[in-house]
Amino acid sequence: MAGVSLGCVYALVALGFVLIYKATETVNFAQGDLMMLGAFFALTASVMMGWPYWATILFAITVMAVVGMLIERIVLRPVLGQPAFTVVMITIGVGYVMRGVVTMIPGWGTDTHQIATPFAEAIWNVGGVVLPVQQLGVIAMTAALCAVLYLFFRFSRLGVAMQATSQNQLAAYYMGIPVRRVNMMIWGLSAGVAAFAGILLAPATFIHSNMGFIGLKAFPAAVLGGFGSVPGAIVGGLIIGVVEALAGYYLPEGFKDVAAYVVLLVVLMVRPSGIFGETARKKV
Amino acid sequence: MSEAGGSDEVILELANVEASYGPVQALRGVSLKVRRGKIVTVLGANGAGKSTILKTISGIIDPRKGQIRFEGEEIQRKDPALVVRRGIGHVPEGREVFPLLTVEENLRMGAYTRSDAAGVAGDIELVYGYFPILKERAKQEAGLLSGGEQQMLAISRALLSRPRLMLMDEPSLGLSPLLTQEIFRIIARINREQGTTILLVEQNANMALEVAEFGYVLEVGRIVMEDSCANLARKEDVQEFYLGMKAEGVRGQRRWKKKKQWR
Ligand SMILES: Nc1ncnc2c1ncn2[C@@H]1O[C@H](COP(=O)(O)OP(=O)(O)OP(=O)(O)O)[C@@H](O)[C@H]1O
Ligand SMILES: [Mg+2]
Repeated sequence: MAGVSLGCVYALVALGFVLIYKATETVNFAQGDLMMLGAFFALTASVMMGWPYWATILFAITVMAVVGMLIERIVLRPVLGQPAFTVVMITIGVGYVMRGVVTMIPGWGTDTHQIATPFAEAIWNVGGVVLPVQQLGVIAMTAALCAVLYLFFRFSRLGVAMQATSQNQLAAYYMGIPVRRVNMMIWGLSAGVAAFAGILLAPATFIHSNMGFIGLKAFPAAVLGGFGSVPGAIVGGLIIGVVEALAGYYLPEGFKDVAAYVVLLVVLMVRPSGIFGETARKKV
Repeated sequence: MSEAGGSDEVILELANVEASYGPVQALRGVSLKVRRGKIVTVLGANGAGKSTILKTISGIIDPRKGQIRFEGEEIQRKDPALVVRRGIGHVPEGREVFPLLTVEENLRMGAYTRSDAAGVAGDIELVYGYFPILKERAKQEAGLLSGGEQQMLAISRALLSRPRLMLMDEPSLGLSPLLTQEIFRIIARINREQGTTILLVEQNANMALEVAEFGYVLEVGRIVMEDSCANLARKEDVQEFYLGMKAEGVRGQRRWKKKKQWR
């Protein structure tokens, strides 16, 4: 259960990678740090302003959506068309800057923090099976977010336009879709999802300026699912979470942290394009 | 809406348009006129700059010099989205459908700039009337359609913005002769029934000269000939180089080189 709930967080961060990658062919290495920043905004709302949990979530998502859009508009759009390597380096730089800034802000700093959640440390005992409410809450909230995102991408005009833009950007221009604005909103969406992940992760690892390194686990999750596949990111995240938990339980100390990459290597040897990757479409 | 034929009003005018890709100059001063309600064609070999003309009109490429006037207003260097809103639809070369969206979602993206839901629903039925196969495939991913069906979808998708001018880039590309004929028949029908003006770029000169009224011949970024299609079809050079009626074999190739200099 702990594995599944941690896997949910990996899945959401991986989802952020995938959204941005599909839309702009950029791998955003700042995704984990967006999550970290989102958690700090939640901290501000929850602890410093004393808002209820649900308002905290909305606040963090909204602020981070704006931050995501601003990053796209101010930092990335000017380097549009530069080699992929340049853009990737810039996202790494953005991550560093965010980590640095967070440590300088009074009340945030380098300490670890915690926010209150409605899922106390309670435990449900259902017919002899012990279920921690905290982790069930994480799973339920992830499922709810995925459902909302599914409905959005499938049925809203903007959601379908986002898909269209990531499938064929040139054609999107021909249709009169405002491609740049759509890409900016994808960054916003992706950062909002990251904030949500940060809030879910907070009870497990606490909030601190280095919590974004969890991106290093979410990245193999995205690749595992076949980089560029949204359902793949979710499944990949869950697999890595579960495998990691099992490795921590049954294997000697140390295996837990490499488990994600071992799984990745094994899967990629069998299916080089990932679980949901498009094997037939791209033959180099 | 439909006012096919009749008026002599110029709906689109290009004046000395120059465009380049980095150091490669693709258009070297192109001027042309399209009158409302007509089908006009631009013929030219590979790399002549046909697609570049259409992309420049759509705002995908900014011209270095020259003006593009649509319904009297200059639209060069404008945002592609604005050009669509003004009333220009584009059927791109190679179809460019959204492969993972369904046929119907592709059509809805064609109507992205519109907000009249009822009108859009009506127009979807209208294009299903032109291409019944699309209605059968409505819930299928567009990437799974055959090449010909994708071309039908690309044309339909452009129609959904209710354009007054449609730019069509080689709609016959990769289609069987039979399907090419069908597509051209429907292009003529759209022009007749919807009153949509059409600027058609083609390598299949036979078909293009048959369906269009007026034609331009483009060579390495320059217009070298313009006339009614009936006249163009009778011209020796056009017959030789675009209609494939070679008379002189190797000597013809040499004359071809000389012709390139002529402007
Ligand atoms: N993206 C690009 N980058 C650099 N050069 C380009 C680009 N696109 C086109 N060109 C060049 O511009 C010129 C005109 O190209 P264009 O695509 O307009 O030709 P075309 O007449 O449409 O040819 P075709 O019939 O093969 O489609 C060609 O010399 C081509 O090599
Ligand atoms: Mg072309």
